[in-house]
Amino acid sequence: MALKIVKGSIDRMFDKNLQDLVRGIRNHKEDEAKYISTCIDEIKQELKQDNIAVKANAVCKLTYLQMLGYDVSWAAFNIVEVMSSSKFTYKRIGYLAASQCFHESTDVIMLTTNQIRKDLSSPNQYDTGVALTGLSCFVTPDLARDLANDIMTLMSHTKPYIRKKAVLIMYKVFLKYPESLRPAFPRLKEKLEDPDPGVQSAAVNVICELARRNPKNYLSLAPLFFKLMTSSTNNWVLIKIIKLFGALTPLEPRLCHSTSQMSFLFFLSPWLSPSSLSTSNSTSAMSLLYECVNTVILCVQKLRILIEDSDQNLKYLGLLAMSKILKTHPKSVQSHKDLILQCLDDKDESIRLRALDLLYGMVSKKNLMEIVKKLMLHVDKAEGTTYRDELLTKIIDICSQSNYQYITNFEWYISILVELTRLEGTRHGHLIASQMLDVAIRVKAIREFAVAQMATLLDNAHLLTGNTQRNGICEVLYAAAWICGEFSEHLENPMQTLEAMLRPKVATLPGHIQAVYVQNAAKLFATVLRSQEGNTDRTAAQETSQLMIDRLPLFVQSANLEVQERASCILQLVKYIQKLQQKDVEVAEEVNALFAGELNPVAPKAQKKVPVPEGLDLDAWINEPPSESESEDEKPRTMFTREETKHSRPRHTEVDEKELAKRREVRKQEQASNPFYIKSSPSSQKVYQEAPGVDHIPVVQIDLSVPLKVPGLPMSDQYVKLEEERRQKDRADKKKKEKKKRKEKGGRRGKRDSGPESEEDITPAHMVDIVTEEMPPTAICRSVSLVPPLNSPPCVPSTCQKSSKHKKKKQKKEKEEKDKKKKKKHHHHRHHSDGAGEESVQNGTVEEEEEPLPTISDAPTCSLASPPPFRQVCDIQGNLQDGSQVVVSLIFENKCDSFLKAMEFNVLDSLNSRLQRPDGAGPHDGLTVPFQLPPGVSNEARFVFTVKSIVMPQKLKGTLAFIVKNEDSSTHEKLDFKLHFTCTSYLITTPCYSDAFAKLLESGDLKASSVKLEGVVMPFPHLLARICFHHHFSVVERIDSCASMYSRSIQGHHVCLLVKTADQTVSIDAKCDEPSLLSNVLDEIKLTFSQC
Amino acid sequence: MRFMLLFSRQGKLRLQKWYTATAERDKKKMVRELMQVVLARKPKMCSFLEWRDLKIVYKRYASLYFCCAVEEQDNELITLEVIHRFVELLDKYFGSVCELDIIFNFEKAYFILDEFLMGGEIQDTSKKSVLKAIEQADLLQEVSVLEPHLASLVSNFKDVNKLTTVVVLTVL
Repeated sequence: MALKIVKGSIDRMFDKNLQDLVRGIRNHKEDEAKYISTCIDEIKQELKQDNIAVKANAVCKLTYLQMLGYDVSWAAFNIVEVMSSSKFTYKRIGYLAASQCFHESTDVIMLTTNQIRKDLSSPNQYDTGVALTGLSCFVTPDLARDLANDIMTLMSHTKPYIRKKAVLIMYKVFLKYPESLRPAFPRLKEKLEDPDPGVQSAAVNVICELARRNPKNYLSLAPLFFKLMTSSTNNWVLIKIIKLFGALTPLEPRLCHSTSQMSFLFFLSPWLSPSSLSTSNSTSAMSLLYECVNTVILCVQKLRILIEDSDQNLKYLGLLAMSKILKTHPKSVQSHKDLILQCLDDKDESIRLRALDLLYGMVSKKNLMEIVKKLMLHVDKAEGTTYRDELLTKIIDICSQSNYQYITNFEWYISILVELTRLEGTRHGHLIASQMLDVAIRVKAIREFAVAQMATLLDNAHLLTGNTQRNGICEVLYAAAWICGEFSEHLENPMQTLEAMLRPKVATLPGHIQAVYVQNAAKLFATVLRSQEGNTDRTAAQETSQLMIDRLPLFVQSANLEVQERASCILQLVKYIQKLQQKDVEVAEEVNALFAGELNPVAPKAQKKVPVPEGLDLDAWINEPPSESESEDEKPRTMFTREETKHSRPRHTEVDEKELAKRREVRKQEQASNPFYIKSSPSSQKVYQEAPGVDHIPVVQIDLSVPLKVPGLPMSDQYVKLEEERRQKDRADKKKKEKKKRKEKGGRRGKRDSGPESEEDITPAHMVDIVTEEMPPTAICRSVSLVPPLNSPPCVPSTCQKSSKHKKKKQKKEKEEKDKKKKKKHHHHRHHSDGAGEESVQNGTVEEEEEPLPTISDAPTCSLASPPPFRQVCDIQGNLQDGSQVVVSLIFENKCDSFLKAMEFNVLDSLNSRLQRPDGAGPHDGLTVPFQLPPGVSNEARFVFTVKSIVMPQKLKGTLAFIVKNEDSSTHEKLDFKLHFTCTSYLITTPCYSDAFAKLLESGDLKASSVKLEGVVMPFPHLLARICFHHHFSVVERIDSCASMYSRSIQGHHVCLLVKTADQTVSIDAKCDEPSLLSNVLDEIKLTFSQC
Repeated sequence: MRFMLLFSRQGKLRLQKWYTATAERDKKKMVRELMQVVLARKPKMCSFLEWRDLKIVYKRYASLYFCCAVEEQDNELITLEVIHRFVELLDKYFGSVCELDIIFNFEKAYFILDEFLMGGEIQDTSKKSVLKAIEQADLLQEVSVLEPHLASLVSNFKDVNKLTTVVVLTVL
């Protein structure tokens, strides 16, 4: 036995201790991992021994390895063993290891509760201290709950060393176990007046942190803190108290005064005066100063001292505080523009970024060009793309803020944008592109210039795409192509641009850009044709067509569906045009008509001008109004009631002509008084020239044989110069006028003479089309005569669209198609009024569900009996915003000769799906259909259903009650029907990129399933189109006879298909994260194809 | 304070203390990322940077970077002062501290840090009381180490010959 002990001891002698381990690691630089793995094996052996000293040594080494990034969680239990050693040496190591390695999900933590409790009540204060320190790192909600009482007792321990720690750890306990706050708070408050300064500062710390989270509860402590603040000389404590007051002041204005007074006191006291401090050894005093500045937000002047300091840290903080003040007091910061601009030249990137933030708030019409010019210089110099990208976004932000408020010359802005396109490797191509589009659309006067610039860009597209696809700048070409196409009438040489757009190199651009290229090539083609047909020589026009026919096939082969579709469409069109041309027919006018119509910005209120369709009463209740007793704050939940509230607003009442005229007048007056339109108040030229202008600096022109710039691109600088000239001219003009006036008026001169140039002075060279409230940039639409889709709730179109007519036609077509199908399938499903045999047949494709015609045999009126009075077509669609809502659009068509009214729609709710009824309605109440149907008329109504699970198809039984009114009589009728919610109807067509698709498949979260369809004779593209159309999928990629497709359910399930075809057999491999949804969707797809 | 890191100019981590529970994987990622950012900065730059949603305050002493992450509303300068105070404490304890001291006595460095900061808050602003607490705890440790006579040999175990003789004696 003794021998065994000795043997163990001898082994131990040769154990590595921590120092050896560290030394070993340092000596094995090349094969560190290997060395450490042998060490870990050794440690594992050591941990198996009974000797606690050996174990502690092993744990200590493990702690070191943990820091180096090795996983030591397997040793958690051994750590607990060492923690519970009775010897302080080992306990200390154990707790250290625990504090480094344990976290909330470490399961052995549960085992430590009693051990920690024992240590907390240990007579040795260092045992307690070590336990508290460790606990502060790994306290869990359970530990906090179990130990809160023990720690609370320790807060009144005799030793300040323990009190201090106990107070601090209470904060962690509160966070993990908030219920402990209430009982512990009185004691915590007591500690604010503890005789020991350490305990006191700990208590201040904890209360400040608590108050920052919820200041309201700590207002009552304000007097106590005020006393502390005036008596304490400890800067650390003072900072915390000032921070606390900062959090309290918004709640109690009276405090503001005393806080600021106190802060100023510190601020101004000679002891803290910045001049007497060398920052390195008195940062603490400085930090107090900084805290004061933060609280008392009016000290911009003092901030200047910080920013001007040579210490980079103070400079940074000064700028940071300045940006906080900028939000509330922009004026006071603006006077320090010079200083901020200086900071832009700083070597330190973080300081430059801070300064950039500030610049955003300090631009004005007067200095915008100057500031942007400076930023452009920085862009050229900047190293590293992140900072350059930051600069780029800032430039655009600054220029475009509040609807281009500060831009006086848009030509200058366009050229800035064009210059920015020369940045290599920027991520913000799309940002520049959207700015170009926005400006070109909204500023009409700039279009000609913009088009010229964009044409040059297109011509030099190779410069932008030179470095292949890795840079995002090619996005700019999207804008360029669109602008050139849309405003092609401004092009100087449309033929050249057309050729540039059809270069083979274009095929390397991303798909969405190619698509725009193709579409706009067609627009350009139309313009070119017009100009060429004017000439006597017809061959030119034919050559142009030939060019299109030669080049377009490249795009027809594109892998991108959008490009392919547009290109093949346009190619056929051009071929047709060519045929006509060969017969000497003038086609230009007709081709131009394809793209006719100007793009007009439309205000959001434009809807008001749209005439209300006949038979639609906007003031009528769609549903019964909610009962009066309903409290205000109860928000209506259903879609319908929401609309209802809207309709009931007075603004929907007819506004008579007079009122409108009056409003128009008011608006005109407002515009007239808008500073944007006014040219007033004189200014002296002198003042402006006093500042040394940039163009006064002599610059030697270097003659380079190789042009540095992209040919034809203007330098924005020249605009700065031009602008200055323009302004001077403006001023001169005004002066002249002024002089005239003065002459007329006689003697009263000199009074209005001098004074610096005011903001209003600078007249913009171009106007942004309709500013601010009138029109957000998105509300751009082609035709103003918007006819809202019949019977759908009125809405303002929010995107660019050619003309709502096309869309409507398409919709109608779809409906008609459906109707036709209906007619074929069900004609007269007659059934008797015993009600048992209601029938429903779905055509199995998507979403239709026809109501079979009930013929009421006993009905006294014969008119109803013969023709089907009613048809109902429905379309079920998921609501994108809400994963649990499905909108069912029903089209009711009256096919009899009688008038149908008072229709009431009701559905028997199932557990899973229920009809949304207005608040207050019972679960079995029907919904009134908000219209009546004269003979032969159809109308659409929408109903919202709440669905819980979407993995299974559903059938809901329902009835439609209505009154049939003839000339002489009226009868109540009832129709039963079934609503079929297919799984497909929960899918929403969602585009997906192939890389995202691949990632999704790789993720392994998806379950697979497959299906085979035999005897499908249709061509593959038709097959895909059918799946896309009927089952809401989108094609991700298609290669030969194989395609991947994607769709998403309203609850976010991904559905991926791989469709392959080989001689009449189609195999579909599918993956989805919800297997039953998938199998149902596959069944539905199968059904679709079995019916064709 | 969220966490404190000490790392060398070569990007070797020397000390890490996390005051909020963080998963091991995230820790590693954050440390790696942060080291890259801080090491890339030039000596003349300011000591603060914004990183993710945190403010990073760092300072370089000789070859060692001290780096703290604090929250948005925290005072940067006081954090800098915390770092400085910690270095002063290390200096006092080790006597003109160098990187090697922290490498070889890393547990001591942790003990000092734990006496100075707790749960990310300053525990004691007085250098004296922190050092006193450490010294007394150390004293306690020495005593407990000296207690069993075998354990005392561990401290000079390198002298293998001498040790074996002692052991043989004990056996006899």
